[in-house]
Amino acid sequence: MLKHLKFLIIGIFFGIVLIKSEVISWFRIQEMFHFQSYFMYAIIGSAVVVGAISVQIIKRSNLKSFSGEEINLTGKPFNKVGNTLGGLIFGFGWALTGACPGPLYALLGAGYWAILIAIISALLGVIVYGYLRPKLPH
Amino acid sequence: MLDLLRGPWPWFISGPLLGLMVPLLLFTGNKQFGVSSSLRHICTAIFPLKADYFKYKWKDYLWSLVLVAGTIVGAFFAVVFLDGDSAPAVSEAAKSMFAQWGLKEIDGILPAEIFSVQNLLSLPTLLMLGVGGFFIGFGTRYGNGCTSGHAIMGLSLLNPGSLAAVISFFAGGIIVSNFIIPLLLRL
Repeated sequence: MLKHLKFLIIGIFFGIVLIKSEVISWFRIQEMFHFQSYFMYAIIGSAVVVGAISVQIIKRSNLKSFSGEEINLTGKPFNKVGNTLGGLIFGFGWALTGACPGPLYALLGAGYWAILIAIISALLGVIVYGYLRPKLPH
Repeated sequence: MLDLLRGPWPWFISGPLLGLMVPLLLFTGNKQFGVSSSLRHICTAIFPLKADYFKYKWKDYLWSLVLVAGTIVGAFFAVVFLDGDSAPAVSEAAKSMFAQWGLKEIDGILPAEIFSVQNLLSLPTLLMLGVGGFFIGFGTRYGNGCTSGHAIMGLSLLNPGSLAAVISFFAGGIIVSNFIIPLLLRL
């Protein structure tokens, strides 16, 4: 259990930042998709800059994790159809609900009970994908 | 200090803090940041599913479920103690668009006129949450990642597949937000 305590703390940090950054806001998401403000792009962009700099520092200085392991920096495989078609479908859902998976959980914590419908539907979507997977092009 | 935290956070604070998720998880647990796989682990953990996709030891990924449990707690904390439910200061252009869409007020995280529990049984709301949620689950698993795993983590790794996915996220979102949402809100 103690092994997982750090993930709970990091998750709490993530939840606070998701809310206070406004990236979970339905209004902000629609504004972003209409290019009416740079706000969301600046948040995502600066997040990527911090992430990318961290990755480069780890790579160049060959830093280890706190437990001394070699840090795994292998990217996910490039599935041309899966990444584009799956990504497109997720984009539809992102605009419809105004939420991506992190915010689904955050909105639940924020007391927006209606989001339970989206969460249950998302689980259903995962199950349908799991069964269709052998038949889908990736 | 608390007053400062309660006010709206500028993008150059919250963006880098979100990016910190990458080194935090890499250093503390040698884990790559990602959220949408937790949806698969939940399905595997609670439903007796026979497809191969659900045949693995979900307990090996308990960290991911603990992370999202923390996310729920953190969001609750932010709303209760840090005024997290206040209205975002969206642009004038966005304000007039929302007015055109028939939304009377911009308040809270989600528009109450659409997403309040009382309005749950209206057709637009059911479509937005039900169909939208389904697309999130199906699409993130088909695309193997979401805004966390592909946009923040994947782009940080300069991973080409993640870039393709992120471009697709935005293509899908732009299409729906511009052409479908206005139609749905007129139903």
